[in-house]
Amino acid sequence: MIFVFFLILLMLIAAIAASIFRDLISAVIATALVSLIAAILFYLLQAPDVAMAEAAIGAALTTAIFIIAIRRTKRYEE
Amino acid sequence: MRRIVSILLLVIVAFGISLSLAKIPFGTLKTKVGRHYINEGVKETGATNIVTSVVVSYRGFDTLGEVTVLFIAAIGLGAVLTTSRKEKIRKIEPASLILSTGCRLLFPLILVFGTYVFIHGHLTPGGGFQGGAIIASGFLLIYLGCRERRISRTASNLAESLGGLIFVVIGLLGLVFGGYFLLNFLPKGTANALFSAGVIPIIYIAIGFKVGSELASIIDNLIEES
Repeated sequence: MIFVFFLILLMLIAAIAASIFRDLISAVIATALVSLIAAILFYLLQAPDVAMAEAAIGAALTTAIFIIAIRRTKRYEE
Repeated sequence: MRRIVSILLLVIVAFGISLSLAKIPFGTLKTKVGRHYINEGVKETGATNIVTSVVVSYRGFDTLGEVTVLFIAAIGLGAVLTTSRKEKIRKIEPASLILSTGCRLLFPLILVFGTYVFIHGHLTPGGGFQGGAIIASGFLLIYLGCRERRISRTASNLAESLGGLIFVVIGLLGLVFGGYFLLNFLPKGTANALFSAGVIPIIYIAIGFKVGSELASIIDNLIEES
C-alpha cells in the first residue's frame, strides 16, 4: 500500500515537473515517467492488457515522436 | 489575483468531481452485461482472456472502427510529410559500437516477444494492439541504433493492407455463413489451447501485423523527415 502511494506521489511530481521544465527534452522524459508509472499502476490494478499498451505506446513510441519533433524545432521554451 | 481565482476554481471543480466519484462503488459488478461477459464469455467465445473476447468478439465492430482511425492517422501523416520529400543525400552518423550491437541483439528478441503477445492474445494478456506496439518499438530501436538500416516501404504497406483486408474479409464471411458481421464461424475448440476460439486468433494476428506496420511506418516517416 505504501508502495502504491509512493508511486502515485512520484507520478504527481513528474506530471508537475513536465509542466514546469523549460527544457522540452526533460519535460518529455517526465511525461514518459508518468506513462511508465501509470503502466505499473494498471498492472497492480489487475489490468495487464492496458498496462502493456500504456508501456509500449505511452512510454516508448510517444516519447520518441515528441523527441523527433523537438529535434526539428527548438529545445528550450522561452 | 487571477492566479488565486484560478486555483480556487480548480479546487471547486476537483471537489465536485471527487464528490460525484465517491458515490460510485468500485470493484462491484453493477451491470448485467459485465457479469454476463465474466460468467459466459469463455463458453460463448472460447477465449480465456475475457478482454480479448470483448474486444474482438462482442465488440468486434468497434475494433474495426478503431483500426480504421489508426489507418487514417497513418495515411494523413504520410500525406503531410511526403509532400516535401527530396532525394537529398545526407550523411548518416553511425551510432556507437555498444548501441548498434545491443540493438542488433535485442531486435529479434523484441520481434519474437511482440509476435508471441499477439498470437496468444486469446489466452494471455495482450493482443493485436499491444503486440503491434511492441514490434513498432523494436523498429524504433533499430532506427536509433543502426541508422543506415531502413524497412522496406512495400513490405510494410503490404502487411498493413493484408491485415486490414483479412479483418474485413473474415467479418464478411461471418455475414455469409451466419447472417451477421464478424460471426465466429470456425469451431471453438477446447479452451486454453492455442488453436481455439475460432476466428479470434486470426483477427488478432491480422490486427498485430496492421498495427505494427502502421506504427513502424509512422516512425519511419518522421525520422526520414528530420
